[in-house]
Amino acid sequence: MLLREVEYAKPGAVAEALQLLAANEGARALAGGQTLVNVMKARAASPDMLVDLNGLEELRGIELAGDGTLTIGAMTTYTELMRSAEAKARPILGEVCATIADVQVRNRGTIGGNVCSNDPTNHLPPLMVAIGARMTIAGADGEREVPAEDFFLGVYLTAVGPGELLTRISIPAGKKDGFAAVTLGAEGTCICNAAATVNGAVRIALGCVDAVPVVVTADSAGGVADAVRAANLTPPSDVHASSEYRTHLAAVLATRAAEEAAAR
Amino acid sequence: MEIAVTVNGQTYERDVEPRKLLIHFLRDDLDLTGSHIGCDTGNCGACSVIVDGVLLKSCMLLAVQANGTRIETVEGLSEDGELTRLQQAFNEHHALQCGYCTPGMLMSTTALLRENPSPSEDEIKKALQGNICRCTGYWNIVEAVKSVAK
Repeated sequence: MLLREVEYAKPGAVAEALQLLAANEGARALAGGQTLVNVMKARAASPDMLVDLNGLEELRGIELAGDGTLTIGAMTTYTELMRSAEAKARPILGEVCATIADVQVRNRGTIGGNVCSNDPTNHLPPLMVAIGARMTIAGADGEREVPAEDFFLGVYLTAVGPGELLTRISIPAGKKDGFAAVTLGAEGTCICNAAATVNGAVRIALGCVDAVPVVVTADSAGGVADAVRAANLTPPSDVHASSEYRTHLAAVLATRAAEEAAAR
Repeated sequence: MEIAVTVNGQTYERDVEPRKLLIHFLRDDLDLTGSHIGCDTGNCGACSVIVDGVLLKSCMLLAVQANGTRIETVEGLSEDGELTRLQQAFNEHHALQCGYCTPGMLMSTTALLRENPSPSEDEIKKALQGNICRCTGYWNIVEAVKSVAK
């Protein structure tokens, strides 16, 4: 498919990328391109300019601080995260990334791209919300930090505004996490998913049931299904699952994720 | 935009529009038609190539993004007309029917065997998740890869 005509810029520094994005209303940041290039083929998005982030070394890499906090650069690929010794400090991250799409997509697709596209069927938005990640957003006025719970605003919409970039994600120490999904084929697109973390109480974030991840808490894994039912979810119906079936899956998957988290 | 890429050891300098996908650049500009366009949606993997040692789908990369890289396509696998062991194994195990997916299958399994010369059957299958064979000839493809695994 021939794309619509588009300008291309490959900045060498985050400041330069921010300037390009701010100065061109029709500019879009190009991360791994594993979603954006395809929606451009379909003309679902038609940016006038692509600001390629692949030359920004500042946005790459994973660091592990002394207190166990992980800092993941937004342009880190799934494959890089899966192979990172540092990222093993929070094992669920690599485990979930290993189930996203396929080798080729994992080699190019980025952690930042996954959360910034905020497709409701993506894996990482609910995971980031469940484990209490914090997102750093850079703009003309400097940086600000947004908790994952406030980062996802709507379908394909996040707290990253025009002229801004997600630069990194901070993740607190922890191991007691779980993730469960029902997918189209093995490790395909999620029909419904749930991420859980246990830190005293159980914290669940459900994906695919609303425009943004839905948070549910319970005292124990045994109480998760009732807590999900009490949330009165009204997920969308589509060719893959009715709203009723997704509601059912949400309780089942939240329980599976919570049991996995509790067992660690 | 002027770009320079090295494909299968040969350097090409070309002027390309930013909107041109890498797969179209390889096929139309360089006449390297071994890499195929199956779905053009990033699902089928027939366009898989290795860019700077990394297996990618060339329908989801712009040609300008490949500027300065070293690209390997299916045309570059054999040397002096001799098939690689993997290509030979595909032949011997009848691991292709219509052959449309084969360039991608070969690149994905070449990348797998470089990283992991002794993959298990499950690892082979997982490595081929991004490659669709519409003839559904997966069994023989997996058998071919197993036969060259150490």
